Amino acid sequence: MMNLAEIEIPWMEEVVEKLRHQFDSGILHVEQSYDFPVVVIAKQSLMDVLLFLKNEPDMGFTFLTTLCGMHMPEQQGQEFGMVYQLHNMPQNRRLRVKIFMPESDLDVPTATALWPTANWMERQEYDFFGFNFVGHPDLRRILNMDEMNYFPMRKQYPLEDLGKHDKDDAKFGR
Amino acid sequence: MNIDIRPENTPPGLEGAGFFATSIDKVVGLARANSLWPLPFATSCCGIEFMATMASHYDLGRFGAERLSFSARQADLLMVMGTISKKMGPVLRQVYEQMAEPKWVLSMGACASSGGIFDTYSVLQGIDRIIPVDVYIPGCPPRPEQVLDGILKIQELAKNESLRRRHSAEYKEMQNAYGLE
Repeated sequence: MMNLAEIEIPWMEEVVEKLRHQFDSGILHVEQSYDFPVVVIAKQSLMDVLLFLKNEPDMGFTFLTTLCGMHMPEQQGQEFGMVYQLHNMPQNRRLRVKIFMPESDLDVPTATALWPTANWMERQEYDFFGFNFVGHPDLRRILNMDEMNYFPMRKQYPLEDLGKHDKDDAKFGR
Repeated sequence: MNIDIRPENTPPGLEGAGFFATSIDKVVGLARANSLWPLPFATSCCGIEFMATMASHYDLGRFGAERLSFSARQADLLMVMGTISKKMGPVLRQVYEQMAEPKWVLSMGACASSGGIFDTYSVLQGIDRIIPVDVYIPGCPPRPEQVLDGILKIQELAKNESLRRRHSAEYKEMQNAYGLE
């Protein structure tokens, strides 16, 4: 079987070079994850980079495939992250943009101005991780019940929650 | 082909030439039990088994429950089949409240009865946390035979309960325990 990590992405260097030229220190790290280029950028450059990737004619990443949140408690000071997965449809190029931030500052600029589809995606990440998308038109929970008062996808809860009272243990032999 | 058609057993009563007398409880019970209008509240794989139960092989129509009601106001049997998330809880409760008396609730499968394998923050750990349940069907998912068995259990309840049970203090207390009027 082909090793995906060894696949050469012919356009990657060119795109990364343009990004570095445009944003210099805003680009923190570039790597290839399997057959996918990943660009880690500074949080304050996020909107500029996304705008550049979308609107610059020779970039052409006009489609937001998905976005998602991350929680990595072991990364001190960089516990939370957001991933934006972009697609250049005419040339079939895909790019992943990541930002990291500490738990104390979960403000992220909203991508809804660039892609209206980000509206519900960002609501989901707010729902599960508690990111505060600054400028989002309607930042409410979307999947969980409105009464929920915590962010369930954060990796800070025990696997088996002993304080959980809604399961009748007597019936389940625990 | 020799098809064995067995009519419903006559309830105990007084029989003579040209008349038959029994209690109204028994007659109404028979009518209710053999003309259940189920409301299928199907959210996942149990719903697929229910579809098989309704289809020609198992044919729920044989038991007088052929007519599904997708309006809660016309249904008398709420069949909850599948995982109910906590967010859907209020919807299920509203459906239950919209049903007119007499009404029965059948909880099909592990998820509806107890949350099943979904011992997690988003899933209701059994619908009996928000509405009273008459019959539980175990299984993940249960086979159509088990669903039929559950329906027959509901029929037994319908046949044998007193017409006044729904006005009894015990019933009202049970409804109040769930915060229902």
